Amino acid sequence: MAPLFRRRANSLAVVILVGILALLVAISVFAYVVYRSPYQTDVGYAPEQPVPFSHQHHVGGLGLDCRYCHSGVETSDFAGIPPTLTCMTCHSQEWTNAEMLAPVRQSLTTETPLSWTRVHDLADYVYFSHRAHVNNGVGCESCHGRVDKMPMTVQKAPLTMKWCLSCHRNPAPNLRPLDEITSMGYSPATDGASGQMLMQRYRIHPDTLKECATCHR
Amino acid sequence: MTRLARPCIAALLALSMTLSIAACDQPHMEDQAKYETFEAAPEWADDQSALTPVPGSVARDARLGPVPDELPMPLTAELLERGRERFNIYCSPCHARTGSGHGMVVQRGFPQPPTFHSERLRQAPLRHFYDVISDGFGVMYAYRDRVAPEDRWAIAAYIRALQLARHASLADVPADVRQRLKRGDATKVTP
Repeated sequence: MAPLFRRRANSLAVVILVGILALLVAISVFAYVVYRSPYQTDVGYAPEQPVPFSHQHHVGGLGLDCRYCHSGVETSDFAGIPPTLTCMTCHSQEWTNAEMLAPVRQSLTTETPLSWTRVHDLADYVYFSHRAHVNNGVGCESCHGRVDKMPMTVQKAPLTMKWCLSCHRNPAPNLRPLDEITSMGYSPATDGASGQMLMQRYRIHPDTLKECATCHR
Repeated sequence: MTRLARPCIAALLALSMTLSIAACDQPHMEDQAKYETFEAAPEWADDQSALTPVPGSVARDARLGPVPDELPMPLTAELLERGRERFNIYCSPCHARTGSGHGMVVQRGFPQPPTFHSERLRQAPLRHFYDVISDGFGVMYAYRDRVAPEDRWAIAAYIRALQLARHASLADVPADVRQRLKRGDATKVTP
């Protein structure tokens, strides 16, 4: 009786088995790359807003401190979206007839808040606190990037758990002294106080930063 | 062959069931049925979850007594440091870091505020600055919702320090700091 399989089938079987394995690996790698890509993390996300507000103009050009508008950042978990009155502090006198500011004036007269589109949105199971970060040496720029160079607000960091942990595991190289928290263009690695010294000053214990309940409750 | 058919069918069934469960529309943990800060809340007032406090609400940590006429806390270097920080954040855009009134926003067309170094404002009590920060003045809006009462006093004290510094002479500087000033490293003088 002739054999059911020819001799060649042996090697063919190996090729097929290895091929299936390689395909699985390729699919996994592809899925991971997509998962970490801007397509999934929203890096580069710069949605259209009701008013084309430019951080570049207000921070880079005028030199306003972040806290001038985001006044809750040191005292609450949320940095705070300024109320229309904050815009009007200057714009009651400046650019009073500008077409692009019409929604701001309308918001003031009708007492209806402007509805901005949120750029940085963490998953609901993450409990992020601005207060905990800016009072302990993490600067605005570390997560938000050079907002003083953003005509439109854009998401710079991937906001993945891996990204959070990269700093929670080793915070020292990212720490700034308190008077540089809102500075733009400050380099924690080369400017000012050393990370180890700041770790002591802020009494940061890296072990507690890695516990699940630090971010997930 | 029939010996294998039964397990094969079972395996296929299990696989299809797993897949169909995975395809169910499960509640998404990243978007839970709760309002995050400022999240839109359809059918609430203005469709927002952040509600305006009812008129007459009092903050838990609010001080209800009358506003004192003088600085209600000891005048310390820390208070002045705090005042400097808050002044540079909230006041300097118009009043400039020196208090001259030539801040960046003024340079871009905002009406110029009076300088802090006039005789009138040098004589003004600290309470005057506290009140202006709280309630605004002329085209200046009120800053009471951005600057806490303690910080308003700190800013008022720092404005006084700016005024004194503008009219100070070298003789007012302590002897040890005077030497460093003459050497030109004045910026490194810490209070």
